[in-house]
Amino acid sequence: MKARVHVMLKNGVLDPQGEAVRHALGALGFDGVEGVRQGKVIELDLAAGTTEAQVNEMCEKLLANTVIESYTVELS
Amino acid sequence: MRAAVITFPGSNCDRDLAVGLEMAGAEVTRVWHKDSTLPEGIDLVGIPGGFSYGDYLRCGAIAANSPICSAVKTHAEKGGYVFGVCNGFQVLTETRLLPGALMRNAGLKYICKTVGLEVGTSDSDFLNNYTAGQIIQVPIAHHDGNYTATSDELDRLEGEGRVAFRYADNPNGSDRDIAGITSANGRVLGMMPHPERAMEDAHGSADGARLFAGLIGAMATA
Repeated sequence: MKARVHVMLKNGVLDPQGEAVRHALGALGFDGVEGVRQGKVIELDLAAGTTEAQVNEMCEKLLANTVIESYTVELS
Repeated sequence: MRAAVITFPGSNCDRDLAVGLEMAGAEVTRVWHKDSTLPEGIDLVGIPGGFSYGDYLRCGAIAANSPICSAVKTHAEKGGYVFGVCNGFQVLTETRLLPGALMRNAGLKYICKTVGLEVGTSDSDFLNNYTAGQIIQVPIAHHDGNYTATSDELDRLEGEGRVAFRYADNPNGSDRDIAGITSANGRVLGMMPHPERAMEDAHGSADGARLFAGLIGAMATA
């Protein structure tokens, strides 16, 4: 089984990299980009039987810094 | 006074930190990240600057989960002293021994220069050799030094006198110009600037040496 973990900065945390990407899109002539938030996607190959609770624990302990980041888990 | 300085793969200021502590009179043991215990009788743990584990995932995140960091947490919880510089500060926030997080610099650039720091308080074993409000000159060298915390947390740090240093001219976007903070019991200090690179006049500033001398003086009389 696989898990896909999305890690994003929490709302309200300023994202300087996302802002730089937004400016660069504007410079390329893409008007109307009102905001960019940059995050990361982490794919996990998991042994059968791994639970969503275990993946959440991996996120809490290592994959996300919950002081500034939130995460979502998709299992497939 | 006995100190341990930890080396992670990618640490590059570990020797400088050890030499800085030795210059102030500490007996220093170097400790490898895979060790799971600190040497007996250690008073202070130094967590050096550098790029532990290549800054993979987040700066300091993997180091914070290494075997030696469990021992560092236990040492801090028992009231031991811990001093984290630059990547060491990032490790301390990742272990949650200090609140908040260090994000990418607001200008997105790596910044390496000497900056003015305002001393937040002298009521600290780390800072007793300075005067509150004094401006000292210490180098910074980081890409991810943008200190971020919730406004409640920032209010608490300020209210409890735990802001050790503020940038005189904020280079990286840090909330409330914060460059270094201490733990609630005052025994853990994390800071982005490098006092171990300001030890003698030939370095351009000897202001960092006073931190080491003050700390070791305070611990000798404790």
